[in-house]
Amino acid sequence: MPDAVATVTTARAPRPDHGSRLELARGLLRRLEGRSESVRPAPVTESDGAVLPVAEPLARLLPAGGLRRGSTVALPAVPGATSLLFALLAEASAGGAWVGVVGRPGLGLLAAAEAGVQLERLALVPEPGADLLAVTIALLDGMDVVAVSGAARAGVRAADRQRLAARARQRGTVLLALGSWPGADMELSCSDVQWRGLDAGAGRLRSRRVEVQLRGRTVAPGTRPAPLLLPAPGSAVADVGQNVARPAAVTTVEDERAAG
Amino acid sequence: MSASVVRVLALWSPDWPVTAAAMAAHVPSHRPAAVIVANRVLACSAIARARGVRRGLRRREAQARCPELVVLERDPDRDARAFEPVVAAAEELAPGVEVVRPGLVALAAQGPVGWFGGEQAAAEKLVDQVAARTGVECQVGVADGLFAAVLAARRGLAVAPGDTPAFLAPLGVEELDREPDVDRSELVGLLRRLGLRSLGALAELDAEDVASRFGADAVLCHRLARGLDPRPPVRRTPPEELAVEVELDPPVDRVDAAAFAARGLAERLHRALAGHGLSCTRLGVAARTVSGEELHRIWRCAEPLTPSGTVDRVRWQLDAWLTRSRTTSADGPGAVCRLRLVPEETVTAGALQLGLWGDVGEADERAGRALVRVQALLGPESVFTAVLVGGRDPAEQVRLVPWGDDRKLDSGPMSMSSPPLSTGEVGGAGPASPAAAARGPQAGVRGTGPARGGPAPRVDVGEARGATPAAGADVGTADPTQDVGAVSDSWRSAAPAGWPEDMVRLTGRVSAGDVAAEEGKGRTTNRRRRVPAPRRSTGRPAVPDPPPSWPGRLPAPSPATVPPQPLPAALVDATGRPVRLTAPDLLSAPPHHLVVDDGTPQVVQGWAGPWPLRQRWWVADAAAGSRVQIAVDGGVALLLLAREGGWWVTGIYD
Repeated sequence: MPDAVATVTTARAPRPDHGSRLELARGLLRRLEGRSESVRPAPVTESDGAVLPVAEPLARLLPAGGLRRGSTVALPAVPGATSLLFALLAEASAGGAWVGVVGRPGLGLLAAAEAGVQLERLALVPEPGADLLAVTIALLDGMDVVAVSGAARAGVRAADRQRLAARARQRGTVLLALGSWPGADMELSCSDVQWRGLDAGAGRLRSRRVEVQLRGRTVAPGTRPAPLLLPAPGSAVADVGQNVARPAAVTTVEDERAAG
Repeated sequence: MSASVVRVLALWSPDWPVTAAAMAAHVPSHRPAAVIVANRVLACSAIARARGVRRGLRRREAQARCPELVVLERDPDRDARAFEPVVAAAEELAPGVEVVRPGLVALAAQGPVGWFGGEQAAAEKLVDQVAARTGVECQVGVADGLFAAVLAARRGLAVAPGDTPAFLAPLGVEELDREPDVDRSELVGLLRRLGLRSLGALAELDAEDVASRFGADAVLCHRLARGLDPRPPVRRTPPEELAVEVELDPPVDRVDAAAFAARGLAERLHRALAGHGLSCTRLGVAARTVSGEELHRIWRCAEPLTPSGTVDRVRWQLDAWLTRSRTTSADGPGAVCRLRLVPEETVTAGALQLGLWGDVGEADERAGRALVRVQALLGPESVFTAVLVGGRDPAEQVRLVPWGDDRKLDSGPMSMSSPPLSTGEVGGAGPASPAAAARGPQAGVRGTGPARGGPAPRVDVGEARGATPAAGADVGTADPTQDVGAVSDSWRSAAPAGWPEDMVRLTGRVSAGDVAAEEGKGRTTNRRRRVPAPRRSTGRPAVPDPPPSWPGRLPAPSPATVPPQPLPAALVDATGRPVRLTAPDLLSAPPHHLVVDDGTPQVVQGWAGPWPLRQRWWVADAAAGSRVQIAVDGGVALLLLAREGGWWVTGIYD
């Protein structure tokens, strides 16, 4: 950058006329554009473009219809947050996206697999210790989605958060923050959590009704919370009214069998 | 004829199987020892032979003759491994040796005899060299042809050129049956019965007569008896020495200095590998510390190592060793004085093992690079991917594999911890099924569990689980069983009959091999019971060995958070008394409050269970437990395990 400015000053001195200055400015602009492109090696490589898909009931809730690459999404630590994380990851993971989870030792990976997350593309760094920031930055370079937990514990400050968000934006990676993350583009939180299927001594846990509330800079204030089943009795997430998720699950099985 | 026959020098170590086994088992050489296979003595030491032990004796008889006999097992691989230093020692003096079998080396006599100036001198040199290098006693024989040379070595003779037929003639025909690989006892017995008791007598026969009367093998024996060896020794090509090592002087106790040394070493290794057109997929990193400790670890890599990848791994390994030595001992004897890199497994550089888990695309490569960078930051055991394995607890169904290790390398806890289960499972899939199936789910539910011992009850449970979706989880409870029945009825209308619920859920979602195999298992059992005759073609390859179905496993949904260590909890009833188990499937009172980890009490909103879990009864410290699902205020649900009188949180439905 400084040498480009220097070129402008030196070149402007001998030729003050308008046409050549315009040409010169255009040339400089092209050069800068070319340079910035060479610095950033085309972050979006997937064909599906700038939005990672999510499951249908959540997609309706999200403004972009999915997880926009480069965005930062916070999932506050309330009951249901981990299931919400799995539900958000499932579609993208099934589509070939790599997911990294930093600083979360007790992740229920069986639940992740049930939600549809591909475990072979789910990289875990359970104990980053003091290197949480460095590890997250390294993962932001290679993964499609990076979930960070325990940022407050590891002493991540506001400047670090901005740095991570900028890195995510530059690399086209979705940064999911588990826990409080001031400055996130979006915040998805669960409320009115209610498990179904348990009785006094009978039944078993089957599904959970939650109200998923979306807040954030890019979201119109006053958006109503969406009632969802998370997990639903046949999938990671479903609409509350659509309690007949089982036939859907079965047809997929049947289809698969027919298709071999 | 002697012109065409090569002079062969045979180096023979007597009773090599015993020598090798005794070395491996650290049996002192003055104790009589024998290697026994199939209750017969295969080989015995000289001391044992002096006490009357002979080859071919029964074990009991051998021990009767020699009560202090050490009985050793046979291991041909071990014999070959242990013989390798002997071969290397002989090779130092006389290149071009042939390892006939462990314990016997043959080489062309011309070279060493000419060099050391005589057969006697060459034999002495070889015996001394082997004894000095390896401590193994050897005998040398020289004769025309390998067969005669081996016989000469057994007697410690040098047969003069041309005297070989004369040397062989008085020997008995049993000498033809000395090779352990070839069984000529029948031929030898026949020859003896025919009165051909010596090799000379056999040699006097016409070759045509031998061929027409005794067959092809006898023709070979006839040639041997006449002193005509079929072939000269095959010279062995010494294996390429690819390992590189460096002496660190002064010894290194700092990671950065060691990494600097490792860089040069890795470059040397890769130059050597590139020179042979090889790439390394398993790298052994060995180090010797100043205190004389030998450290060794093998790194497996899914893809061939690059020089920088090698440097990284050496650095992580040294880091681990050096930090460990610093933490375990304060005076720091752990400085590394020698570093050695051994390519344990190599592949041809052109034939790289790409696409282990499908195509390694650009995104996968990028992700792999990022993960390796994290490993460089935190160490190799910091980045994991998970593999689903068998188990009943949410925690034990997941195995974490460090990045770079092969995800399918071993079957993990599934085969390690539960051998009886798999046998039970074989029974369940096999012809024993119909009887158990006829009893239906209720019978199966009552036949609780893996704990009652043999495979039979387990078959029941497995079948019941196949018949009702959640029977596996609700084993042993009265109410849930009813509940399960109702569910399974509604379920059958939608799902293929008899499919466990969680299995249907998993289908098509999880690509891990375990789940796919399990799915196949569910299908086979099901089909065998309900639709016996027509085998519908599923288009999928048959699963050869179905994994166990783990009856008693909780069905989906699984807890989204599994604490690495179970958290202690207290369950209190309405009157404030602690809730405990009066029976494996009965609580003393309905729970009212839950206190997790001495936190604030939470009001219980709903609960289900307890579901008894008894497994690994064959392990001493295995404790029976019962599981309860509890939903408390605020929409949190927990999976509790009652074990050893207390309650533990083993899963949080987060």
